[in-house]
Amino acid sequence: MHELSIVMSILDIVEGQVRSHHAQKVESIELEIGQLAGIEWEAMDFAWDAAVRNTVLENSSREIRKVEGRARCLECGEVFPCPTLFTPCTVCGSVFSDLLQGKELRIRSLVLI
Amino acid sequence: MCSTCGCSQEDGSVTIQLMGTKEHVHIGADGKVLTHHHHHAHGHNHDHQHHHNLLTYAPTEKPSKTILQVELDILQKNRLQAERNRGFFEAKNILALNLVSSPGAGKTALLERTLTDLKGQVPFFVIEGDQQTANDAARIAATEVPVVQINTGKGCHLDAAMVHHALHQLKPSENSVIAIENIGNLVCPALFDLGERLRVVIFSVPEGEDKPLKYPDMFQSAQLCIINKVDLLPYVPFDLEKAKSYAQQVNPYIEFIEISTISGQGMDAWYKWLHLQRNH
Repeated sequence: MHELSIVMSILDIVEGQVRSHHAQKVESIELEIGQLAGIEWEAMDFAWDAAVRNTVLENSSREIRKVEGRARCLECGEVFPCPTLFTPCTVCGSVFSDLLQGKELRIRSLVLI
Repeated sequence: MCSTCGCSQEDGSVTIQLMGTKEHVHIGADGKVLTHHHHHAHGHNHDHQHHHNLLTYAPTEKPSKTILQVELDILQKNRLQAERNRGFFEAKNILALNLVSSPGAGKTALLERTLTDLKGQVPFFVIEGDQQTANDAARIAATEVPVVQINTGKGCHLDAAMVHHALHQLKPSENSVIAIENIGNLVCPALFDLGERLRVVIFSVPEGEDKPLKYPDMFQSAQLCIINKVDLLPYVPFDLEKAKSYAQQVNPYIEFIEISTISGQGMDAWYKWLHLQRNH
Protein backbone atom coordinates (compact mmCIF):
# COMPACT_ATOMS: atom_id res chain seq x y z
CA MET A 1 0.00 0.00 0.00
CA HIS A 2 2.86 2.34 0.66
CA GLU A 3 4.18 1.85 -2.89
CA LEU A 4 2.05 4.86 -3.84
CA SER A 5 3.71 6.87 -1.09
CA ILE A 6 7.11 5.81 -2.45
CA VAL A 7 6.15 6.85 -5.99
CA MET A 8 4.96 10.21 -4.67
CA SER A 9 8.33 10.68 -2.96
CA ILE A 10 10.10 9.86 -6.24
CA LEU A 11 7.88 12.35 -8.04
CA ASP A 12 8.63 15.00 -5.44
CA ILE A 13 12.39 14.55 -5.80
CA VAL A 14 12.20 14.41 -9.61
CA GLU A 15 10.03 17.53 -9.87
CA GLY A 16 12.61 19.38 -7.81
CA GLN A 17 15.37 18.28 -10.18
CA VAL A 18 13.32 19.25 -13.27
CA ARG A 19 12.68 22.69 -11.75
CA SER A 20 16.24 23.36 -10.72
CA HIS A 21 17.58 22.35 -14.15
CA HIS A 22 14.91 24.29 -16.03
CA ALA A 23 13.85 21.17 -17.94
CA GLN A 24 10.43 20.19 -19.26
CA LYS A 25 10.11 16.55 -18.39
CA VAL A 26 11.88 13.29 -17.69
CA GLU A 27 12.92 11.08 -20.58
CA SER A 28 14.08 8.22 -18.42
CA ILE A 29 14.69 7.36 -14.80
CA GLU A 30 16.90 4.67 -13.29
CA LEU A 31 15.90 3.31 -9.88
CA GLU A 32 17.74 0.95 -7.59
CA ILE A 33 15.50 -1.15 -5.37
CA GLY A 34 16.69 -3.91 -3.09
CA GLN A 35 15.00 -7.28 -2.77
CA LEU A 36 14.49 -6.53 0.94
CA ALA A 37 13.38 -2.91 0.62
CA GLY A 38 9.78 -3.90 1.35
CA ILE A 39 8.53 -3.03 -2.12
CA GLU A 40 6.03 -5.21 -3.92
CA TRP A 41 6.81 -4.98 -7.66
CA GLU A 42 3.30 -5.29 -9.01
CA ALA A 43 1.97 -2.75 -6.52
CA MET A 44 4.80 -0.46 -7.59
CA ASP A 45 3.89 -0.76 -11.28
CA PHE A 46 0.25 -0.13 -10.50
CA ALA A 47 0.99 2.87 -8.31
CA TRP A 48 3.47 4.27 -10.82
CA ASP A 49 1.07 4.26 -13.76
CA ALA A 50 -1.61 5.94 -11.71
CA ALA A 51 0.56 8.54 -10.02
CA VAL A 52 2.63 9.79 -12.97
CA ARG A 53 -0.30 10.83 -15.12
CA ASN A 54 -0.05 14.54 -16.00
CA THR A 55 3.32 14.88 -14.32
CA VAL A 56 6.89 15.27 -15.56
CA LEU A 57 7.27 11.50 -15.29
CA GLU A 58 4.40 10.66 -17.64
CA ASN A 59 5.65 8.67 -20.65
CA SER A 60 9.13 8.40 -19.22
CA SER A 61 10.88 5.07 -19.44
CA ARG A 62 12.00 3.53 -16.21
CA GLU A 63 14.69 1.02 -15.48
CA ILE A 64 14.75 -0.70 -12.11
CA ARG A 65 17.98 -2.30 -10.95
CA LYS A 66 17.00 -4.95 -8.46
CA VAL A 67 19.62 -5.56 -5.81
CA GLU A 68 19.83 -9.05 -4.31
CA GLY A 69 20.06 -9.39 -0.56
CA ARG A 70 23.48 -10.40 0.75
CA ALA A 71 24.56 -10.68 4.36
CA ARG A 72 27.72 -11.41 6.32
CA CYS A 73 27.43 -13.91 9.16
CA LEU A 74 28.64 -12.43 12.45
CA GLU A 75 29.63 -15.83 13.76
CA CYS A 76 31.55 -17.51 10.92
CA GLY A 77 32.15 -14.60 8.52
CA GLU A 78 30.46 -16.23 5.52
CA VAL A 79 28.92 -13.83 2.98
CA PHE A 80 25.73 -15.48 1.76
CA PRO A 81 22.65 -14.67 -0.33
CA CYS A 82 19.86 -13.40 1.88
CA PRO A 83 16.48 -13.44 0.10
CA THR A 84 14.47 -12.80 3.28
CA LEU A 85 15.07 -10.91 6.49
CA PHE A 86 15.31 -14.13 8.44
CA THR A 87 17.54 -16.23 6.20
CA PRO A 88 20.08 -17.90 8.47
CA CYS A 89 23.73 -18.31 7.52
CA THR A 90 24.07 -20.99 4.83
CA VAL A 91 27.21 -22.37 6.50
CA CYS A 92 26.64 -22.28 10.25
CA GLY A 93 22.90 -21.51 10.52
CA SER A 94 23.32 -18.45 12.75
CA VAL A 95 20.66 -15.74 12.67
CA PHE A 96 23.16 -13.05 13.70
CA SER A 97 24.19 -11.36 10.48
CA ASP A 98 24.87 -7.94 8.98
CA LEU A 99 22.97 -7.08 5.84
CA LEU A 100 25.47 -5.84 3.24
CA GLN A 101 23.01 -5.02 0.47
CA GLY A 102 19.36 -5.49 -0.40
CA LYS A 103 17.53 -2.62 1.27
CA GLU A 104 18.32 0.05 -1.28
CA LEU A 105 15.54 2.41 -2.34
CA ARG A 106 17.08 5.09 -4.49
CA ILE A 107 17.01 7.08 -7.68
CA ARG A 108 20.29 6.43 -9.47
CA SER A 109 19.98 8.74 -12.44
CA LEU A 110 17.66 10.84 -14.52
CA VAL A 111 17.65 12.00 -18.13
CA LEU A 112 15.81 15.31 -18.38
CA ILE A 113 14.61 17.01 -21.54
CA MET B 1 -15.64 19.67 4.31
CA CYS B 2 -13.85 20.17 7.62
CA SER B 3 -16.47 20.41 10.34
CA THR B 4 -14.27 22.67 12.43
CA CYS B 5 -13.20 25.41 10.04
CA GLY B 6 -15.41 24.74 7.01
CA CYS B 7 -12.58 24.55 4.50
CA SER B 8 -12.85 21.87 1.85
CA GLN B 9 -10.44 19.00 2.33
CA GLU B 10 -9.02 17.56 -0.85
CA ASP B 11 -8.32 13.90 -1.33
CA GLY B 12 -5.00 12.96 0.13
CA SER B 13 -4.99 15.65 2.78
CA VAL B 14 -3.98 15.00 6.39
CA THR B 15 -5.62 16.62 9.41
CA ILE B 16 -3.88 17.22 12.72
CA GLN B 17 -6.03 18.27 15.65
CA LEU B 18 -5.20 19.17 19.23
CA MET B 19 -7.86 17.51 21.41
CA GLY B 20 -9.92 19.86 23.55
CA THR B 21 -9.45 22.85 21.23
CA LYS B 22 -10.54 23.95 17.77
CA GLU B 23 -6.89 24.36 16.75
CA HIS B 24 -6.03 22.21 13.81
CA VAL B 25 -3.98 22.01 10.66
CA HIS B 26 -4.60 20.58 7.17
CA ILE B 27 -1.72 19.31 5.08
CA GLY B 28 -2.54 18.93 1.39
CA ALA B 29 -1.24 16.14 -0.81
CA ASP B 30 1.22 18.68 -2.25
CA GLY B 31 2.59 19.43 1.21
CA LYS B 32 0.92 22.85 1.54
CA VAL B 33 -0.05 23.62 5.13
CA LEU B 34 -3.28 25.37 6.07
CA THR B 35 -3.78 26.45 9.64
CA HIS B 36 -7.19 27.19 11.06
CA HIS B 37 -6.48 30.74 12.19
CA HIS B 38 -4.66 32.22 9.25
CA HIS B 39 -6.06 30.37 6.23
CA HIS B 40 -3.13 31.06 4.01
CA ALA B 41 -1.12 28.30 2.46
CA HIS B 42 2.63 28.24 2.86
CA GLY B 43 4.41 26.17 0.29
CA HIS B 44 6.58 23.31 1.31
CA ASN B 45 9.38 23.49 -1.21
CA HIS B 46 12.45 21.39 -0.81
CA ASP B 47 14.76 21.84 -3.73
CA HIS B 48 17.28 19.05 -3.42
CA GLN B 49 20.62 20.38 -4.49
CA HIS B 50 22.27 16.99 -4.52
CA HIS B 51 23.37 16.60 -8.12
CA HIS B 52 26.78 15.06 -8.67
CA ASN B 53 27.93 14.60 -12.29
CA LEU B 54 26.06 16.98 -14.51
CA LEU B 55 26.38 16.43 -18.26
CA THR B 56 24.60 18.65 -20.73
CA TYR B 57 24.75 18.31 -24.49
CA ALA B 58 22.80 20.09 -27.19
CA PRO B 59 22.31 18.27 -30.54
CA THR B 60 21.43 20.74 -33.28
CA GLU B 61 17.69 20.24 -33.73
CA LYS B 62 16.42 18.35 -30.70
CA PRO B 63 15.82 19.93 -27.26
CA SER B 64 18.85 19.59 -24.98
CA LYS B 65 19.05 16.64 -22.64
CA THR B 66 20.46 16.73 -19.16
CA ILE B 67 21.77 13.52 -17.65
CA LEU B 68 21.93 13.59 -13.88
CA GLN B 69 23.66 11.03 -11.69
CA VAL B 70 21.27 11.70 -8.88
CA GLU B 71 22.13 8.88 -6.44
CA LEU B 72 19.37 9.95 -4.10
CA ASP B 73 17.70 7.88 -1.46
CA ILE B 74 13.95 8.03 -2.06
CA LEU B 75 13.12 8.17 1.62
CA GLN B 76 15.71 10.88 2.17
CA LYS B 77 13.14 13.59 2.82
CA ASN B 78 11.45 11.54 5.52
CA ARG B 79 14.81 10.55 7.02
CA LEU B 80 15.91 14.19 7.26
CA GLN B 81 12.68 15.22 8.93
CA ALA B 82 12.92 12.23 11.27
CA GLU B 83 16.38 13.34 12.33
CA ARG B 84 15.07 16.84 12.98
CA ASN B 85 12.37 15.32 15.19
CA ARG B 86 15.02 13.19 16.89
CA GLY B 87 17.12 16.28 17.58
CA PHE B 88 14.13 18.01 19.12
CA PHE B 89 13.43 15.02 21.40
CA GLU B 90 17.06 14.83 22.49
CA ALA B 91 17.30 18.53 23.21
CA LYS B 92 14.22 18.36 25.42
CA ASN B 93 15.23 15.04 27.00
CA ILE B 94 12.00 13.47 25.76
CA LEU B 95 11.64 9.70 25.43
CA ALA B 96 9.76 9.23 22.14
CA LEU B 97 8.18 5.84 21.44
CA ASN B 98 6.64 4.66 18.15
CA LEU B 99 3.93 2.07 18.92
CA VAL B 100 3.09 -0.19 15.98
CA SER B 101 0.79 -3.18 15.57
CA SER B 102 -2.08 -4.62 13.59
CA PRO B 103 -5.43 -2.95 14.19
CA GLY B 104 -6.88 -4.26 17.46
CA ALA B 105 -3.73 -5.61 19.09
CA GLY B 106 -4.20 -3.24 22.02
CA LYS B 107 -2.06 -0.12 21.46
CA THR B 108 -4.70 2.30 22.74
CA ALA B 109 -5.70 0.05 25.64
CA LEU B 110 -2.05 -0.21 26.64
CA LEU B 111 -1.75 3.56 26.65
CA GLU B 112 -5.00 4.08 28.53
CA ARG B 113 -3.91 1.74 31.30
CA THR B 114 -0.36 3.12 31.41
CA LEU B 115 -1.47 6.74 31.54
CA THR B 116 -3.94 5.98 34.32
CA ASP B 117 -1.54 3.89 36.41
CA LEU B 118 1.39 6.28 36.09
CA LYS B 119 -0.62 9.47 36.53
CA GLY B 120 1.38 12.03 38.44
CA GLN B 121 4.57 9.95 38.19
CA VAL B 122 5.47 10.35 34.53
CA PRO B 123 4.56 13.34 32.31
CA PHE B 124 3.04 11.91 29.12
CA PHE B 125 2.07 13.37 25.77
CA VAL B 126 0.37 11.34 23.05
CA ILE B 127 0.15 11.52 19.27
CA GLU B 128 -2.62 9.34 17.85
CA GLY B 129 -2.70 8.20 14.23
CA ASP B 130 -5.77 6.79 12.46
CA GLN B 131 -7.23 7.04 8.97
CA GLN B 132 -10.45 8.52 10.33
CA THR B 133 -12.14 9.58 13.59
CA ALA B 134 -10.78 10.98 16.82
CA ASN B 135 -12.03 7.97 18.81
CA ASP B 136 -8.60 6.89 20.04
CA ALA B 137 -7.58 10.43 20.95
CA ALA B 138 -10.84 10.82 22.88
CA ARG B 139 -10.00 7.72 24.92
CA ILE B 140 -6.58 9.21 25.72
CA ALA B 141 -8.04 12.63 26.46
CA ALA B 142 -10.27 10.99 29.08
CA THR B 143 -7.09 10.21 31.05
CA GLU B 144 -6.35 13.96 31.04
CA VAL B 145 -3.15 13.59 29.07
CA PRO B 146 -2.53 16.12 26.24
CA VAL B 147 -3.11 14.39 22.91
CA VAL B 148 -3.15 15.28 19.21
CA GLN B 149 -5.09 13.17 16.68
CA ILE B 150 -3.65 12.81 13.19
CA ASN B 151 -6.13 11.63 10.55
CA THR B 152 -4.35 10.49 7.41
CA GLY B 153 -7.49 10.08 5.29
CA LYS B 154 -6.35 7.44 2.84
CA GLY B 155 -2.80 7.22 4.21
CA CYS B 156 -1.62 3.95 5.70
CA HIS B 157 1.23 5.14 7.90
CA LEU B 158 2.43 8.15 9.85
CA ASP B 159 5.50 9.92 8.57
CA ALA B 160 8.02 12.28 10.13
CA ALA B 161 6.44 15.41 8.64
CA MET B 162 3.08 14.62 10.22
CA VAL B 163 4.75 14.09 13.58
CA HIS B 164 6.61 17.37 13.16
CA HIS B 165 3.35 19.25 12.65
CA ALA B 166 1.71 17.42 15.54
CA LEU B 167 4.57 18.40 17.85
CA HIS B 168 3.95 22.06 17.05
CA GLN B 169 0.39 21.63 18.23
CA LEU B 170 1.21 19.45 21.22
CA LYS B 171 4.06 21.57 22.65
CA PRO B 172 5.45 18.77 24.83
CA SER B 173 7.44 19.68 27.93
CA GLU B 174 10.99 18.66 28.81
CA ASN B 175 11.73 15.30 30.44
CA SER B 176 8.43 13.84 29.29
CA VAL B 177 7.47 10.68 27.43
CA ILE B 178 5.81 10.98 24.02
CA ALA B 179 3.90 7.94 22.85
CA ILE B 180 3.18 7.98 19.13
CA GLU B 181 0.45 5.47 18.33
CA ASN B 182 0.92 4.66 14.65
CA ILE B 183 -1.79 3.58 12.22
CA GLY B 184 -2.84 -0.02 12.86
CA ASN B 185 -0.79 -1.66 10.13
CA LEU B 186 2.14 -4.05 10.37
CA VAL B 187 3.36 -3.37 6.84
CA CYS B 188 3.87 0.25 5.82
CA PRO B 189 4.91 1.98 9.03
CA ALA B 190 8.04 -0.20 9.07
CA LEU B 191 9.65 1.94 6.38
CA PHE B 192 9.01 5.32 7.92
CA ASP B 193 11.27 6.60 10.66
CA LEU B 194 9.39 9.13 12.81
CA GLY B 195 12.43 10.20 14.82
CA GLU B 196 11.55 7.97 17.75
CA ARG B 197 14.15 6.69 20.23
CA LEU B 198 12.53 3.27 20.40
CA ARG B 199 10.01 1.35 18.36
CA VAL B 200 7.61 -0.97 20.19
CA VAL B 201 5.79 -3.66 18.19
CA ILE B 202 2.70 -5.09 19.84
CA PHE B 203 0.96 -8.28 18.83
CA SER B 204 -1.70 -10.19 20.68
CA VAL B 205 -2.29 -13.84 21.48
CA PRO B 206 -5.35 -14.30 19.20
CA GLU B 207 -3.24 -13.14 16.21
CA GLY B 208 -1.17 -16.31 16.18
CA GLU B 209 2.44 -17.04 17.01
CA ASP B 210 3.82 -16.73 13.46
CA LYS B 211 3.13 -13.01 13.21
CA PRO B 212 6.85 -12.10 13.34
CA LEU B 213 7.62 -14.30 10.33
CA LYS B 214 4.72 -12.89 8.34
CA TYR B 215 5.75 -9.30 8.97
CA PRO B 216 9.53 -9.47 9.27
CA ASP B 217 10.27 -5.84 8.30
CA MET B 218 8.28 -4.55 11.22
CA PHE B 219 9.75 -6.95 13.77
CA GLN B 220 13.25 -6.28 12.55
CA SER B 221 12.79 -2.55 12.94
CA ALA B 222 11.55 -2.74 16.55
CA GLN B 223 13.53 -2.91 19.79
CA LEU B 224 10.75 -4.13 22.10
CA CYS B 225 8.05 -6.67 21.37
CA ILE B 226 4.99 -6.64 23.63
CA ILE B 227 2.83 -9.76 23.52
CA ASN B 228 -0.61 -8.66 24.70
CA LYS B 229 -3.78 -10.50 25.78
CA VAL B 230 -1.90 -13.29 27.58
CA ASP B 231 -5.02 -13.76 29.67
CA LEU B 232 -6.41 -15.55 26.58
CA LEU B 233 -3.63 -18.17 26.48
CA PRO B 234 -5.84 -20.92 27.97
CA TYR B 235 -8.48 -20.36 25.27
CA VAL B 236 -6.72 -19.91 21.92
CA PRO B 237 -3.91 -21.87 20.27
CA PHE B 238 -0.69 -19.89 20.77
CA ASP B 239 2.79 -21.16 21.56
CA LEU B 240 4.55 -18.40 23.50
CA GLU B 241 8.05 -19.87 23.15
CA LYS B 242 7.63 -20.37 19.39
CA ALA B 243 6.36 -16.80 19.03
CA LYS B 244 9.48 -15.46 20.73
CA SER B 245 11.83 -17.65 18.73
CA TYR B 246 10.21 -16.52 15.47
CA ALA B 247 10.71 -12.90 16.47
CA GLN B 248 14.33 -13.62 17.39
CA GLN B 249 14.93 -15.23 13.99
CA VAL B 250 14.06 -11.93 12.38
CA ASN B 251 15.65 -9.77 15.08
CA PRO B 252 18.04 -11.49 17.50
CA TYR B 253 18.25 -8.37 19.67
CA ILE B 254 14.54 -7.82 20.29
CA GLU B 255 13.31 -7.77 23.90
CA PHE B 256 9.97 -9.20 25.09
CA ILE B 257 7.33 -8.25 27.64
CA GLU B 258 4.17 -10.35 28.01
CA ILE B 259 1.15 -8.46 29.28
CA SER B 260 -2.56 -8.32 29.60
CA THR B 261 -4.03 -4.83 29.74
CA ILE B 262 -7.25 -6.37 31.06
CA SER B 263 -5.88 -8.46 33.92
CA GLY B 264 -2.84 -6.27 34.61
CA GLN B 265 -0.39 -9.15 34.24
CA GLY B 266 3.04 -7.96 33.13
CA MET B 267 2.25 -4.25 33.41
CA ASP B 268 4.89 -3.86 36.14
CA ALA B 269 7.55 -5.16 33.76
CA TRP B 270 6.40 -2.61 31.17
CA TYR B 271 6.55 0.25 33.71
CA LYS B 272 9.98 -0.90 34.81
CA TRP B 273 11.15 -0.88 31.18
CA LEU B 274 9.75 2.62 30.72
CA HIS B 275 11.53 3.95 33.81
CA LEU B 276 14.75 2.31 32.65
CA GLN B 277 14.54 3.92 29.22
CA ARG B 278 13.76 7.34 30.69
CA ASN B 279 16.88 7.26 32.79
CA HIS B 280 19.08 5.86 30.05
